[in-house]
This record gives sequence, structure tokens and C-alpha cells, in this order.
Amino acid sequence: MNHDSYPDSYIANILHSVKSIAMIGASAKDVRPSYIAMKYLLAKGYEVHPVNPGQAGKEILGQMTYARLSDVPAPIDMVDVFRGSDALPAIVDEVLKMEPRPGVIWAQLTVRNDEAAAKAEAAGLKVVMNRCPKIEYGRHSGEIGWNGVNSRIISSKKPVLQSGYQALGIRTRPQ
Amino acid sequence: MSNSEPGFSTLAIHAGAQPDPTTGARATPIYQTTSFVFEDADHAASLFGLKAFGNIYTRIMNPTQAVLEERIAALEGGTAALATASGHGAQLLIFHGIMQPGDNFIAANKLYGGSINQFGHAFKNFGWEVRWCDPEDMGAIESQIDDRTRAIFIESLANPGGTFVDIKAFAEIAHKHGIPLIVDNTMASPYLVRPIEHGADIVVHSLTKFIGGHGNSMGGIIVDGGTFDWSASGNYPMLSEPRPEYGGLVLHETFGNFAFAIACRVLGLRDFGPAIAPFNAFLILTGCETLPLRMQRHCENALEVAKWLKDHDKVAWVSYSGLEDDDNHALMKAYSPKGAGAVFTFGLKGGYEAGVKFVEALEIFSHLANIGDTRSLVIHPASTTHRQLSPEQQVAAGAGPDVVRLSIGIEDVADIIGDISQALDKA
Repeated sequence: MNHDSYPDSYIANILHSVKSIAMIGASAKDVRPSYIAMKYLLAKGYEVHPVNPGQAGKEILGQMTYARLSDVPAPIDMVDVFRGSDALPAIVDEVLKMEPRPGVIWAQLTVRNDEAAAKAEAAGLKVVMNRCPKIEYGRHSGEIGWNGVNSRIISSKKPVLQSGYQALGIRTRPQ
Repeated sequence: MSNSEPGFSTLAIHAGAQPDPTTGARATPIYQTTSFVFEDADHAASLFGLKAFGNIYTRIMNPTQAVLEERIAALEGGTAALATASGHGAQLLIFHGIMQPGDNFIAANKLYGGSINQFGHAFKNFGWEVRWCDPEDMGAIESQIDDRTRAIFIESLANPGGTFVDIKAFAEIAHKHGIPLIVDNTMASPYLVRPIEHGADIVVHSLTKFIGGHGNSMGGIIVDGGTFDWSASGNYPMLSEPRPEYGGLVLHETFGNFAFAIACRVLGLRDFGPAIAPFNAFLILTGCETLPLRMQRHCENALEVAKWLKDHDKVAWVSYSGLEDDDNHALMKAYSPKGAGAVFTFGLKGGYEAGVKFVEALEIFSHLANIGDTRSLVIHPASTTHRQLSPEQQVAAGAGPDVVRLSIGIEDVADIIGDISQALDKA
């Protein structure tokens, strides 16, 4: 995968297929980007399991926090990384040992490690780096346009309405 | 849509607009409402805390306005945009996001007269100092930059003279000193020039002009290029420091490469209030769809008129960069190969008196203080738009007493030239 520029279909299909997410580096502070992304992903119906040794045993946004990935007592489809780029290799190694194994590793804005990504991809995982799932969900649903952001997506198809006011879902895209 | 980048005319019609999901309305609806219902208290808290995308109150955002914002962001190649009640409103919000009291910025002295007033007088009360520069004297510009300089501001195609500015040279100086380049792209429109491609970090427009194009609606817009690192220097605390208004949220780390547009909205528009009316946003969007066609015709007509004027006995000089022997022609070819725009100035041999007679004798041209209308427009800058400047400032701005400014419309060019011809006979 070219990690400078992802095809829209690649991102949309990940966001459409994933159900459960482990968020490494989830913060309990409500103004941190990880907290904001977690709150949004929960509102969009994802199961989110916060992972943060400093918060282990406490709840963030009503979800139990675990010290390590391997402590999460549920299958994980995607690991979302709010840590520095240097932390990515060890996280990839940990993910590759998990059973069942998550299919996607997602690294947040500014987080990128091409070597670690290549290792994960060689093992069959999908990798996204230097992106935010909240922003990408907003782009692919059209919600982000409400705040004047350029989604770079043109479509004459019906947006996907979710229940409640001002809530749009992801549109799948032909691969 | 495939992943290939759509062309300019496709973006001018489609970017930001989707069919309405409940009614199927294909044109963008006018959301003529002040407020938007919250799903529950938690949803309201998320919206107010910038944790969810969505609408709260039309002073801060509105779905019709949002389509306009995404449309212009796409046309300029930016990451996001914020529409405002006017271009002046847009400029206020930009500088509010960048400047602290005691800071200064560099601005070209060849600018729209309204901008010269805003920067030189109104901004003084905020403790923001403007330092004027001759856009052709790069050495002098650099010598004015000090440790409190926070930005450089230029017009891509300067009003009223119609001269193109070397955007790349300005971008180089700005970035060497770790400050953003702000470009007013009103006169060129993104059809002719896309400043972000040449190194601009922020683009601002009066949408009232070519983008709306029909002289019926006021509007302005800020486009975030997504290119500037607001956290590198510590000089832009509105973006790089925790904001007390939002419980300590840091806008740059939270919103990444579209943080500036968000800052202008949630710190500037929210608290100063120059919101665009949804109806104006709708009219400007409608105008925007034909921007490529109109700009092409504006440029073709203007070139023909300029050539015709140049050969007229009563005309002393014509300043139009589309003319091959114009001093500015090489820059125009480099930055705006599709045309030289619709606005230019000329002088009559008969001076001020002849200029006044000429303006009064025109029948098709309208004598008014706007540009970029479908209609051909004329004005005498020294007595109107640039009236409040000193005589020296007027000359520096290309608006001396003998100067007549034309904004060539998209009527039949034979009728435009015919009108000028009969008026020159009476001048």
C-alpha cells in the first residue's frame, strides 16, 4: 500500500467492515484527540476498548480500560494507535501474536513507521497511517462538510441516514 | 467517482453538494433557519465541545453555507474553508486567528482600498500593526520583518491596477521567516490562479465579485491551505495552545491540517459574528457553477477592449497585463496563462476632467463601486474606492487622479466597445 495516498475505497471499506476497535493510548481527558475520536466512534456504533496502563481498571466513556492489548477480553477487528511513531513496531509485533488476529492497524495523525507497516502488511494486515478515523468517517459519510472541510469526494448518490438528527453513515465504494 | 482528481468545471458544479437525503432535492436547499435541534443533551455537548460534526446555530455554521465552503475549498485546492458575510469579515477573522496585540504583518501597498483602510485604521485598535511594502521590492519587504511579524498579505492580481504578483517569491520569504503567506485571490478567482499551488498558506476572497459573479450577494471566504505548521514557532497560540473557551482543547493537534479554518470559525466567527446569510450562500453557489465559463468570457472581452483602447487617440495609457507589451505580461503568462482577468485601468490624455466626462457619458457601463459582475462596470477610484487614501497612497496603489478603472462584463464585446467609443467622443 502507498502510505502517502490511500484510495477512497480502501479507507471506506475498512470503516465499513470493522466492528470492534482497541484504542491504544486512549485518554480520560475530554479535550484530548483520542477521547474525541473515541466518543465519535462509539456514537457511530463501533465497539471501542480503551488500552492505557495508566487508566487500567477504570472506565473511559463507560468502557473498561485495559493495560495491554492482550488483556482485552473480546475479539478486535482494528487496533487504533494514539502513540508515537517509535511505538509502532512493538505494537505490530503484539498484534501479530494475537488470536484471533485483528485485520487492521490504524495509526493516528502524525504517526507513521513504514518498516512496521511493511511487516504487518507482509502478514496480511491492512495498515493506515497518519490518518484519523473520525476525520475519515466524516469524509466518507459527508458529515465533515458541515464544518466546511473539503471531503474531496464527489457523489450524486443518496447519503446514508442514521437514526437521530445530523447523523450520516459510511457509503461503501466500489473497489 | 474514481480516485482521479475531478477537473475544475466539475468541481465548480459538484464539490460539497450531495442530493438531500430525505427529499432528494438536487439543488442545494436554502436552510433558512437560525438553529438546529439536538438529538439529546449529550449530542448537544458533543457539538458545542467540537467532538461531533454538525450544525448548532447559523451564526457559526449552516448547511447551505457549508456547501459553499467545501466548494471553494475544492476549487482552491485547500483543506477547508469558512464563509463570512463579506471579504472584510473574512480578513478580520484571519488576522484575529494569527495576531496578538503588538504583533505586525507585512502587506503589499497595491491593494483594494477597503483593505488599506481596514489594515491601516480599523486594525490599529486591536494593536495590530500593518507594515506596507512595494510588492516589487523584495529586499525592502524582508527588511521589514522582525520577531513580531506574523504574516505577509498580498493580492494575487492587484486591485485596481490589474497587475499579477510573484506569489512564489513572497511564499519563499514568508516561509524562510516561519510565517504564513495570505493571498487575496478575489480579482483572479481560482479559475485563473490557485495561490496554494504557488506556496500560499491561506487564501481569502470577496465572494461578492467573480465567484458570485452577478452583483447580487455579499460574501467572503477564508480557505485553509493546510500547509502551515501552526505549532512550530509558538507564535500562533490561538492554534497551538490550549483554548480556555473549549476546556483546554488544542485546535492544531485536534484538527491537523484544517485547524486554521476551524479556529476562524470557533474562535472568530462564533465571537465576532459576521455570518453569511444562507440565501446569499445559495446565490453565490449558483453563480459559482458558471465561474469557468464567465471568467473565460470576461478575459476574452477585456483583452479586446484593452487592445482597442490602446489605439485610441484620446487614451494616454492602458495598464492590462494581457497586452503583450505590458510590463506585467511575463508574470501574467507565468501565473495566469488562461487570461489576465476582467479589471484594468487606463488614463485619458484629458486627465481628471476628461475622466469624469467619460464616466458620465457611458450608457451600458454602470458607474458603481463593485467589480466582477456580469455587467460592465466603471469607476473613478481616486474619488470613490481609494478616496480616503493620501494622494501619495493613491498613486502608490495605482489609483491616481487620472485613472479610470473598468470591470469588463460578459456582454457582446462589440456593444462594450461601442459604448466606450461613444463616451470617448464626448470626453
